Amino acid sequence: MPLDKSYLEYSKRHYGMDHDRYDWSMLSDRKPVNWPKGKKLALWINVSLQFFPLNQQGVPVKPIGGMTMPYPDLRHYSLRDYGNRVGIYRMLKAFDKYEVAATYAVNGELAERAPYLMNAIKERNAEIIAHGWNMDSMHHNGLSLNEENELVCRTLDALRPFASKDIKGWLSPSRFEGNQTPEVLKKSESIEYFCDWVNDDMPYEFKTGNGPLTAMPLSNELEDRYILLNNLHSEQSYGEQIKDAADLLISEAKEQGGRILGLSLHPWVIGQPHRIKVLEDILEYLMSKEEVWSASASEILEYWQSQQ
Amino acid sequence: MKKDPGFYDYWPYENRPKITWPNGAKVAFWVAANIEFYELDPPDNPFRKPWPAPNPSIAGYSIRDYGNRVGHVRQMKLLDKYGIRGSISLSTALCEHHPEIIELCKERDWEFFSHGIYNTRYTYGMDESQEREMIRDAMETIYKHTEQKCAGYLAPALSHSELTLDLFAEVGTELFGDDGGIYTCDLFHDDQPTPINLRSGKKFVSIPYSLEMNDTIAYVVNKIEPRRYGQIIKDNFDRLYEEGAENGTVMCIPTHNYQVSCPHRLKAFEEALEYITGHSDVWVTTGREIAEYYIENNYDAALADITTKKEVS
Repeated sequence: MPLDKSYLEYSKRHYGMDHDRYDWSMLSDRKPVNWPKGKKLALWINVSLQFFPLNQQGVPVKPIGGMTMPYPDLRHYSLRDYGNRVGIYRMLKAFDKYEVAATYAVNGELAERAPYLMNAIKERNAEIIAHGWNMDSMHHNGLSLNEENELVCRTLDALRPFASKDIKGWLSPSRFEGNQTPEVLKKSESIEYFCDWVNDDMPYEFKTGNGPLTAMPLSNELEDRYILLNNLHSEQSYGEQIKDAADLLISEAKEQGGRILGLSLHPWVIGQPHRIKVLEDILEYLMSKEEVWSASASEILEYWQSQQ
Repeated sequence: MKKDPGFYDYWPYENRPKITWPNGAKVAFWVAANIEFYELDPPDNPFRKPWPAPNPSIAGYSIRDYGNRVGHVRQMKLLDKYGIRGSISLSTALCEHHPEIIELCKERDWEFFSHGIYNTRYTYGMDESQEREMIRDAMETIYKHTEQKCAGYLAPALSHSELTLDLFAEVGTELFGDDGGIYTCDLFHDDQPTPINLRSGKKFVSIPYSLEMNDTIAYVVNKIEPRRYGQIIKDNFDRLYEEGAENGTVMCIPTHNYQVSCPHRLKAFEEALEYITGHSDVWVTTGREIAEYYIENNYDAALADITTKKEVS
């Protein structure tokens, strides 16, 4: 039995992408972007503050970083909590010390469960990005439009009391989306940019049926969890990889215009006593470079937007 | 199903007829840059799922798109800097989707060889005529957009049938005579080129393409650290260079613009390229040039030696 003949038909084999979400564009062909004060590298530190329910449903699949053992998986549940109770305070101290403007991607339910932590973030006038309701509330094609709308609205409502400015950004739990998620985000009338796609080092326009969003580049490859827990690289190597990335992007920026280094951090990973030092070393390295501009995701986006 | 694919006979690495590369080089060094197109929503194949995550598979799709949007130019500049012409393992639909990339490579006289049409359309389950049609489409597409007579094959996503190499060689002959369909990168049995047995009897060779040096295997499957990747490339080269003094060897670094070109990985790769090209007796070349040179100068002696050793045993 041969394959169905449709397997050798290629209806989207034409110029550009095989979907209509964004235009094909090579980074090297784009107009250079300038950051304020002649800076070359915008440093966006993104800290994900997450709640992983013990009674995980795992629909459509298990969330990344979620429970893996039979119920009750106390080891993973409590280790994730460790990040929000202990690890994050080590990170806040480091951000304060090196005067880094971190951005926080927060699950709506975590805000309800840890108002003390949320107030600590509010005191710092930090930007909050909506990170879905909780880590087990994934966006996928099995949800109706109404269900997805409700998840987004509930998340935004829970976060607003702690936001010192408008919430404009979105990061999906596990970075999963359904086919209509961009439409739902745009319809919220709050979300202007989202960070799920990892196909660029600079922002770009992403089309939805309800008008455009901006896709903000937040590397998976440089994420603390990915390097340390998925790849099982050493703490030293993690530090080297971030520094090598920064050096490369700075040298590219000198020729091609401003670049963004988006670092995705998780307090349950990098907030551990044996790892916090490498974060401090990274921040010291980056913040001592005259080319580096530490800014929130929205600030970076505003500068980019004003030059398009 | 066969116990042995029958492509080659056992042929020990010692006491082979000597290969001397042009200008007395010890190692023929080539960079096989994969430039691929993965579809966001490809049709189902009964034997292999294209994406592990639920549709839409944003993480997998978008990092590969990163390779074409961002990574390609970064890698290309590096290869330019060290005088390396890439040998592109091409998802040939990229000629239609992203002709700008094809143009940049053409300007540099890089080689294009076939890596199928899309890296999300597998050979598994195709009958002979379907596979022949897919192979022909890919080779014709390369010719139409680059005027190159495709010499080499790396099956899409390394998905094969028992007939893959036969069909590739036969379609190559039909389209381009002896200029087309002369080598494969699909086999990993040697550090030198070797003759491959085909049903047509055509002179056809396997060119080493090292899975171990492949950045995707190194980074995704073996999960190694970038600086260690740089180090193992150097170590791999050192040994092949040393052995190449006795009998010429081939070193290949297969890359992907979404792996090696990520900002945290390029430095280690650059150091390795600088190291390799800093040696005097290295032939920095392409897959086609290695295959043609070998067929011209070494193929017959190799085949005779293989036959003799087979009879002795």
